[in-house]
Amino acid sequence: MLSGTGSAQDHALPDIHSRQTGRSSVRRFTQYKQHSITGFVLEINDLHAGIGDREILRGITLKVNAGEVHAVMGPNGSGKSTLAQVLAGNPSYQVTKGTVRYNGLDLLEMDPEVRAQNGIFLAFQYPVEIPGVSIAYFLRSAYNEIRKANGQEEVDPLEFLDLVQDRLRLVDVDESMLSRSVNQGFSGGEKKRNEIFQMAVLSPRLAILDETDSGLDIDALRIVAEGVNKLRSPENATIVVTHYQRLLNYIIPDFVHVLANGRIVKSGGKELALELEEHGYDWVQNSAGVGAGAS
Amino acid sequence: MSSGIEALVNREYAYGFVTDVETDTVPAGLNEDVIRTISAKKNEPEFMLEWRLKAYRRWLTMKEPHWGNVRYPPIDYNSLVYYSAPKSVKPLQSLDEVDPELLRTYQKLGISLNEQKMLAGVAVDAIFDSVSVGTTMREELGKLGIIFCSFGEAIQTHPDLVEKYLGTVVPHSDNFFAALNAAVFSDGSFAYVPKGVKCPMELSTYFRINSKNTGQFERTLIIADEGASVSYLEGCTAPKRDENQLHAAVVELIALDNASVKYSTVQNWYSGDAEGRGGIYNFVTKRGKAAGVNSKISWTQVETGSAITWKYPSVILQGDNSTGEFYSVAVVNRKQQADTGTKMIHIGKNTKSTIVSKGISAGQGNNSYRGLVRVLPKAEGARNYTQCDSMLIGNNCGAHTFPYIEVQNNTATLEHEASTSKIGEDQIFYCKQRGLSAEHAVSMIVSGFCREVFKELPMEFAVEAQQLLGITLEGSVG
Repeated sequence: MLSGTGSAQDHALPDIHSRQTGRSSVRRFTQYKQHSITGFVLEINDLHAGIGDREILRGITLKVNAGEVHAVMGPNGSGKSTLAQVLAGNPSYQVTKGTVRYNGLDLLEMDPEVRAQNGIFLAFQYPVEIPGVSIAYFLRSAYNEIRKANGQEEVDPLEFLDLVQDRLRLVDVDESMLSRSVNQGFSGGEKKRNEIFQMAVLSPRLAILDETDSGLDIDALRIVAEGVNKLRSPENATIVVTHYQRLLNYIIPDFVHVLANGRIVKSGGKELALELEEHGYDWVQNSAGVGAGAS
Repeated sequence: MSSGIEALVNREYAYGFVTDVETDTVPAGLNEDVIRTISAKKNEPEFMLEWRLKAYRRWLTMKEPHWGNVRYPPIDYNSLVYYSAPKSVKPLQSLDEVDPELLRTYQKLGISLNEQKMLAGVAVDAIFDSVSVGTTMREELGKLGIIFCSFGEAIQTHPDLVEKYLGTVVPHSDNFFAALNAAVFSDGSFAYVPKGVKCPMELSTYFRINSKNTGQFERTLIIADEGASVSYLEGCTAPKRDENQLHAAVVELIALDNASVKYSTVQNWYSGDAEGRGGIYNFVTKRGKAAGVNSKISWTQVETGSAITWKYPSVILQGDNSTGEFYSVAVVNRKQQADTGTKMIHIGKNTKSTIVSKGISAGQGNNSYRGLVRVLPKAEGARNYTQCDSMLIGNNCGAHTFPYIEVQNNTATLEHEASTSKIGEDQIFYCKQRGLSAEHAVSMIVSGFCREVFKELPMEFAVEAQQLLGITLEGSVG
């Protein structure tokens, strides 16, 4: 139970207010962690990974600072989703070479749940169904696990219901969704919106959106993108994995990286995405001297 | 399979300990003298002894059933001890008189009588081995005319009720294990709720099996008279043993006109070690008779323990417009075997039954659902809905379904749904990515799977089910 005389909402999610008023949200992290963190760094160095004998990532090097939005683009099979899964710690993938440092810690040594507790969030390309488990319960359990791991007290169901209200509005989701089973019977758009809603509640420091735009119509895309934009702050970073440029009309990236054959073949600013839109992926692969062999 | 699931599946039984209490035990073996001794020790009236002997003689002509989808070595019925009671049993006025060793046992189980007594709305009739050692809140129930006591005591104080109803739902000749129980049962619980009375609290019993080689033969009889209603909770945990122990209980429920009986079980007896050694053989006959018009019998069971479970809580839908329900969660892991389900026998007009069965198989466990829905010729307008779901955890377990449907009246409506699913690594990873441990993830997924059954459990049992399954019940209500 939270202490103090204010409402649960005031205590539990101060960050949303500080964001809306444009104030620094350092306070949020002093709430979240015992110590204050003003920024963080994700450093991927020569990362090789794959499934079984099949190498998919062939030497990824990338640095992401707090406050940045990176778009990772590339044709099908280039390794975009693999990168997202490896960063989240999916045990189906094996890392064969390279390092990933996160806030100075060895990310690859951390279990997936520890990564999550340290502020890494993956919005899944294919969100998984959990029949019979309500979103309210699922998400509150996750929220409380993260709080516990960060030395904070758990919130009870009523407090939780209170504090998710503005997050529901953020992604234009009705409260009735909370009592539905996780992703069960959801349309493609509902699943993606639910991912962003969860992200909004869990306030990650590093959010990885894996093809969040796929399967979304233009209205849903705008809502999801606006949600992501409202959550942007100098304290957190986002990696947007996408095949198409259109999502980047709404989520403006600071950096764009193009993956082909498991390597970053070109990096640039937001204009790179537009060039890609115009010339197609062959253009990058050709200019980088890489065959379009990825399947 | 992830290490998280394996650890969860293979964790040690937490309640394996033996309480050191002097016991008063009859020599091993079964004959008419043993039965006479049991009856005499319990100071029973003549009709009880006659009934026991009738059952015993019938049992001698019967064969142990082997149609269940379970395997176990032959049981030597002459090596079993048929009566065992903690010594110096005399009527107890308060918990202070209970053997402190017993109290400590309950405390280890987390069901301390002291605490239970204070739990609002729960009267506890604790059974240790075969004799009731403590009964609480009986006076409050007595004011309403509700009788709630040990079976042995009911035979002394209300022989008329016992004689009237005993064996009317599960006859002494019903089946091999029921006949054995009728011959040798030592104690159990008895409840009678008089006309028009709604029992204001959940009645509750905890069973323990303790003495070595003691077959446990409990017998429970619950009667809801016209317009009455009662909810009864049965919870079980047992200490660790190397030998297999036979448990052949009988439960009879009776609901007269407009009455309802709800019976909930959480069963967590020792299931044997990882190699399948030890563990309880749980061969139980449970049946309710919805005898009156608009009567209702409802079974809810959460079966997590025992090496072998053979159990079919059933309902005879005799009264017109009567209702029968069966909600079941059966979990097997390691080398556990369960063959469990229900029988719904539709006799009266416009009778209605619901079956929801959730089987969870892990480790090398083998789980079978066996259910019968029978609609007799005069059961106009009978309805049944059956849902039968299986979940597999890992690659070495089994799930089987044996539904039997016999319809002799063409106005009946029956529905049957079945599914089999597997806990996926993708589900676990999804949960872990949100910050949940593998154990938490598995229990959440399993709890979601069992949601429809858990919501039928009385709240008092929610905690128990949660402890035993490692499942957070909030998932099913939140």
